[in-house]
Amino acid sequence: MTYLPGIAFQILQSMFVVLAAPLLVGWANQCRAWLQNRSAPNILLPYYTLAKLFHKDAVIAQNASPLFRITPYILFGCMWLAAGIVPVLATDLPFAPAADIIALVGVFALARVFSALAAMDIGTSFGGLGARREMLIGFLAEPAMLMTLFTAAFISGSTQLTTIVETLAHREFAIYPSLAFAAVAFLMVLLAENARIPIDNPTTHLELTMIHEAMILEYSARHLALIEWAAAIKLFAYMTIGIALFLPWGIAEAGDWVALPLAFTVLAVKLFFAGAGLAVIETLLAKLRLFLAPEFLSTAFLLAVLGMLIHFLVRG
Amino acid sequence: MTALEVISSPLTGSLLAAVSWLAISVLALIPAGNALLARRLVFPLGALVGLALAAFGLQAIWLAPQQMTLPLGLPDLPFHLRVDPLAGFFLMLLGSVSAGISVYAAGYFRSETAGRLSLIGLQYHVFLASMAFVILADDAYLFMVAWETMALSSYFLVTTDHKLPAIRSAGFLYLLIAHIGAIAILLSFGVMHGGHGDYSFSTLRAAHLQPFWATVAFLLAFFGFGAKAGMIPLHAWLPEAHPAAPSPVSALMSGIMLKTAIYGMVRVIYDLIGGVRWEWGMLVLAIGAGTTLFGVLYALMQHDLKRLLAYHSVENIGIILLGLGMSMVFIGFGHPVAGALGLIAALYHTLNHAVFKGLLFLGAGSILHSTGLRNLNDMGGLIRNMPKTAFYFLIGALAISALPPLNGFVSEWLTFQTALQASVLENSVVRSLVPLFAAMLALAGALTAMCFVKVYGIAFLGQPREAEHAVGTPSADHSGDAGAMERFGMAWLAASCFVLGLFPTSFLLMLNRICAQLTGHGLSDQALESSWLWLVPTSSEQASYSPIIFLVVIIAVTLLTFLLVRHFYHGRVRFADPWDCGFPEQTSRMQDTADAFGQPIRHVFGPIYLMQRYMPDPDDPAPRFSLKIEDRHWYWVYLPVARLAEYVSSKIALLQQGKISIYLLYSFFTLIALLVFVR
Repeated sequence: MTYLPGIAFQILQSMFVVLAAPLLVGWANQCRAWLQNRSAPNILLPYYTLAKLFHKDAVIAQNASPLFRITPYILFGCMWLAAGIVPVLATDLPFAPAADIIALVGVFALARVFSALAAMDIGTSFGGLGARREMLIGFLAEPAMLMTLFTAAFISGSTQLTTIVETLAHREFAIYPSLAFAAVAFLMVLLAENARIPIDNPTTHLELTMIHEAMILEYSARHLALIEWAAAIKLFAYMTIGIALFLPWGIAEAGDWVALPLAFTVLAVKLFFAGAGLAVIETLLAKLRLFLAPEFLSTAFLLAVLGMLIHFLVRG
Repeated sequence: MTALEVISSPLTGSLLAAVSWLAISVLALIPAGNALLARRLVFPLGALVGLALAAFGLQAIWLAPQQMTLPLGLPDLPFHLRVDPLAGFFLMLLGSVSAGISVYAAGYFRSETAGRLSLIGLQYHVFLASMAFVILADDAYLFMVAWETMALSSYFLVTTDHKLPAIRSAGFLYLLIAHIGAIAILLSFGVMHGGHGDYSFSTLRAAHLQPFWATVAFLLAFFGFGAKAGMIPLHAWLPEAHPAAPSPVSALMSGIMLKTAIYGMVRVIYDLIGGVRWEWGMLVLAIGAGTTLFGVLYALMQHDLKRLLAYHSVENIGIILLGLGMSMVFIGFGHPVAGALGLIAALYHTLNHAVFKGLLFLGAGSILHSTGLRNLNDMGGLIRNMPKTAFYFLIGALAISALPPLNGFVSEWLTFQTALQASVLENSVVRSLVPLFAAMLALAGALTAMCFVKVYGIAFLGQPREAEHAVGTPSADHSGDAGAMERFGMAWLAASCFVLGLFPTSFLLMLNRICAQLTGHGLSDQALESSWLWLVPTSSEQASYSPIIFLVVIIAVTLLTFLLVRHFYHGRVRFADPWDCGFPEQTSRMQDTADAFGQPIRHVFGPIYLMQRYMPDPDDPAPRFSLKIEDRHWYWVYLPVARLAEYVSSKIALLQQGKISIYLLYSFFTLIALLVFVR
């Protein structure tokens, strides 16, 4: 029964991520509005939107296949699973060994493939367009993400996210050139994968340049709510992965329950700055032309690979 | 030993199975005139034999090697047979995958006439038997006989529709490259043999070659088997020949026949030559990476479904080569445990690819049968007419895209884990190169996912693209979904995708036996002692993966979400027309086509392709856009070689004067020359 507290904590942590994710989105939106000289929406607006969407009747195209209807649930399930793997508050996650960083990238890929398939299901031109662009972003972002994680895996000698974070949290405070490269690459991947400026614009709708929004154009009500919620969890998960890899200090170690309140506070502070930082990036940058996106992402890929090589060169 | 024991021993059992396939091929000729009987009797019998062979193969993995000598063949050159764990594994692959394909074939060939069906039955089972003999062979002589039988029987299967000129030329190209490869393999055996006069594998194994001759033997074998496996730049026959054959045969060729080449590589490099060098591994890695990337990038450009799948076979052979190459590098540097992991990853992917590529080719066959279509640009919305085929195809597509928790992910995961061992390597250049190859694998994996979103989205989802095809083309039999036999074949392979994906540890133990037998080293003890739930390649601190827990959690969470939404809210649905974005005229022709889906890739990787595009004038009243993409290798490799061959033969043709006096003169000079030398 030694697992019991761990499992309880596991469930609590993933519930926390699922429930807190829209708050992070609300905070980032608020910051962006301030930076852009607009009056900011309520920080709880994402929750209100979700509640509103859940109450509505779903409108579905006549020729939708079952795939279209189960995809939102699969997306949500994938993101929930991802939330269970990432050490957010503590590294004591009994579920984490079931899926390492490669499997984590696999979960995101699974979600992406299903959302792209669902986008093509109705057979409208926007759906196919969105799916094609999403896969274009994905095929470059996914290897870049994997290489970033491999750099961390080489440093810690493990592909378990919990082990990586424990190793990284214990290292002395010094600048690892390989990790610096990886961090830049990771930030670029984070922006691309979460449909943020400069790759995509989360506030855009019905523009020819949209990617994520084009894919979910046919969704409404509870399906749309699940997709939006899943997107919020994805952003939260990416941010916490970034925090865990590059700023792990303050996370609670396995079995160290006393450290939890501290870990929670530290995490809240980190996310506070991360959300604000995201808003700053989105305000300062302009959206790239679609065909500059591959260049942006291949830069990320090369930076990540470079980081990995530097690890070997500095060590060897 | 009692008779029962003899029959149930893996070696005699597999020999009997292979002979039964030969018997079935003769049997196929008997019910000529009765197509239904031929179809319903011959192919299911073949499937049963396949199952038996798989069972014997499975048994052989756990037993000590067995060998026997058959008093057949040439005088003084009897046939030697042997099963060891490696052969057992490939026999299991051959038997289990072919069982599914044979059941499918029993349903698929329903519109063939009796005469053609008898011929197909004959060639099909000779093909299967020859592959079994390739794996069972324990001397170079039987190996080459079986290898050539395999090439010839598959050539006749490829040219089943020999009335079409395109198929005849595809068959010729296949035969040509198969024979160039066979010559290289033969030469490789010659080098290994080094003048002992005995071609049995045990002699070849015992011979100690000089490093130079070992490398020559390796290069010849790698080239020869690589030609059969379809590695770049010897792949050109593959996208021509595989689509030309009937779909079950395409599945056999892509799923199993390419794997006999992998078997040959592993057998020759690890077993017969031995003493693996890391330089060889780097060559295999480089070619593997090229094959992987070129394969998937060309696959993305195809709109013929079967050609696309054939290019994906090229890609997957590349992935297998990446695993093999890493294993050779690690073994060459004296890290046999990491080397064993790489070999296991490669063999695991070999089995996985056989299963999911077989499944995908069968799915393509069902589409072809029902709609008469092979061009993706004409398909669309098939999930509504063929929901069951769509379901199985989806499993295959997810598996090949290396998505967890299916089988493709497990073998790519193992390959990545092998690459992550790179920090133990002593040579710093190699140490940084190995993870680079992993990066290529990651890129190829993501591109594969894109390609199968394209295939599935265009073929099965959306709306039918061509109005006339919605009704069906003349060659279609409008049967809607696949028949029961076809579905059974696909279900068998789809279930295998799940079994291989969810219970990797039992297969890991199996493959570990092969490594231990070939290299003398297996995985670490901690990897072998882990429970069936956890896949642990090295140690549980380094990496672990549990597909079952993964699947259970994802299903549980998805179901929980569904129930919670239903409980707290409602499940009300209204149906409406798709939203037209305020643009009233939406036709099915406005959907993405397969070529449109590949457009971003053409943009990003433009220089790789040889493109001929015709853009219509904006004022053209009947605009037509045309795009032709060719494989650059034709111009880089094949045409120069062909021109050289033509040039050389034209020079040799000068000898041929057609006058008997000149030929007599040649004989005279030859005699003089011989007298000078022999005396």
